Amino acid sequence: MSDAVVLDIAQRSPPAAPRPGYWTGVARQLWHNPVAVLSASLLVVIILAALLAPWLAPADPYKASMIRRLLPLGSPGYLLGTDELGRDMLTRLMFGGRVSLLMGVLPVLFAFVVGTSIGVIAGYVGGWLNMVIMRVFDVFYAFPSVLLAVAIAGALGPGMSNSLIALTLVFVPQVVRVAESVTTQVRQLDYIDAARLSGAGSLSIIRTHVLGNVLGPVFVYATGLVSVSMILASGLSFLGLGVKPPEAEWGLMLNTLRSAIYINPLLAALPGVMIFATSMAFNLLADGVRSAMDIRR
Amino acid sequence: MSNVETSVLPALADRGGPAQPMLIVKDLRKHFRVRGGVFERSPQVLRAVDGVSFSVNKGETLGIVGESGCGKSTTARLIARLLTADSGEMLFDGDGVDQFGGMALKEFRRNLQMVFQDSFASLNPRMAALDAIAYGPQVHGLTKAAAQARAGALLERVGLAPQQFASRYPHELSGGQRQRVNIARALAYEPRLLILDEAVAALDKSVQAQVLNLLQELKAERGLTYIFISHDLHVVHYIADRVLVMYLGTVIEIGPVEQVYEQARHPYTRALLSAVPSMNPAQRTERSPLSGDPPNPINPPSGCRFRDRCEYAHSVCASVAPLLRETTPGHWAACHLDDAGSGHQDAFATRPTAPVCT
Repeated sequence: MSDAVVLDIAQRSPPAAPRPGYWTGVARQLWHNPVAVLSASLLVVIILAALLAPWLAPADPYKASMIRRLLPLGSPGYLLGTDELGRDMLTRLMFGGRVSLLMGVLPVLFAFVVGTSIGVIAGYVGGWLNMVIMRVFDVFYAFPSVLLAVAIAGALGPGMSNSLIALTLVFVPQVVRVAESVTTQVRQLDYIDAARLSGAGSLSIIRTHVLGNVLGPVFVYATGLVSVSMILASGLSFLGLGVKPPEAEWGLMLNTLRSAIYINPLLAALPGVMIFATSMAFNLLADGVRSAMDIRR
Repeated sequence: MSNVETSVLPALADRGGPAQPMLIVKDLRKHFRVRGGVFERSPQVLRAVDGVSFSVNKGETLGIVGESGCGKSTTARLIARLLTADSGEMLFDGDGVDQFGGMALKEFRRNLQMVFQDSFASLNPRMAALDAIAYGPQVHGLTKAAAQARAGALLERVGLAPQQFASRYPHELSGGQRQRVNIARALAYEPRLLILDEAVAALDKSVQAQVLNLLQELKAERGLTYIFISHDLHVVHYIADRVLVMYLGTVIEIGPVEQVYEQARHPYTRALLSAVPSMNPAQRTERSPLSGDPPNPINPPSGCRFRDRCEYAHSVCASVAPLLRETTPGHWAACHLDDAGSGHQDAFATRPTAPVCT
């Protein structure tokens, strides 16, 4: 009967009109963050240039010429010069972006999904299971990531899909480590105890109470790995384990232009500039997204 | 729009009748293994809760007091099954919990809820107040709309207008408001027993009084039973019907609150009570009634755990641990001074506040 009274109140004052949706708020925050907008625009330009390379590129990325090797930046007809085999740099950079972006983003994405799942389970369940999982992943830490990537890629054989797998395996333990430590912290907070008192199952608690508070930091950490992934992928290519010449790829281009660094340093730095700009844009955008997603804004 | 049938969880039946205690705890024990260094030979054992027994009657408020680290919160978490006890029995309204023939754990969860000390940490930072309150009823089968209607009504009941507070996140609320949300969240399950673990300790005095009054009102309105854990003796005096005093993981005194406050039997309880600042400046306590810190629960003193801080300690206190004895009806204390047959030389002789002596 007291419930009837209480309900009467509920009907007179229904829950207030909800504030604009959560994601609308996040988008608005991002829009007012100049750094995030700038990074996002730069990324859009780079991604579009890579995607539309076959239609936009001024030249054939494989057409070499012995007489116009290593032309400097701004040469007529070759806006960004030519590489050590006389191929148009602008075209090569656009085509190279396709592979590089793929190799930078995909392994991190896979590692993010797999690593977060494992890390959150290890952190939430804790105890014995946590011990086993974390000690297993600690083994991977014994190897420098480059060596590990080379070892796995070498064992799997050359090729792009194999380097994707190798890079994913390199990043999974790092993501697991971060996800586990954040989850362990969240797990100790009283609201998880309160949720356990509800009688809800572990999966429901993880979904509603743990993930939302864990994904943010892990996400930011993972975006930082995109640049590492691009560099590692180029390293694999250099060793003949990833993409092979004459395929265009920023890391591979950086390596082959090494020899030109005394003749035309600006030109040799171009692929590096692309890697730097892309990873920087990823990091800054991720930072913006994280602060926009913070509920305490 | 919701109607009564869909927005209310089915009422929880009173199983054992009014005379059956809401909760009986018997010989509850929880020892934590403290991991030493790599070269430590055997792990040390911290006896957080070491043989605690008591019961809570229906409709009463049992206060639990003690210094920090005495096992109050661990006891609460053991009762709520957030921790698993090493040994001990527990009956909720006459039924065992999560065992053959008893009530299922999920049903028990609805019967018992908890409000924690840290109002901020006990709310999910990414959940608005209304959703936080509506989460529980949804777990127990209410539709989202019904649960939210119910949450709105509860917000109103704890004094927060839903129009204003429903979509607020925890960081947008003050400490008192957050604790009100926490109380509403606990009440959303229609529990019968509410454990308040230092629930008002972190609040300002004025807000504390408001929340205490709210708790009193809610208790009368809904026929709730409270276990009220606090280190604040004034607050316990105000809210509790009976009080239980813990020291180093054991119960040393339990009884009606007036009787314990007026005629404490255990020297520790007396020391605790005399440490309470008096409202009268003429009765100001000049020296600390107790010296030293509580002993390390990893290696408590033999016999009576209070003996190395007790002014009446005697050789028997080092060898025999005193058991809880009923001194006057309903008032139990664990001290050799109260037991003529204990072998303590001053037994029955030195009892400054006992009625026999005055």
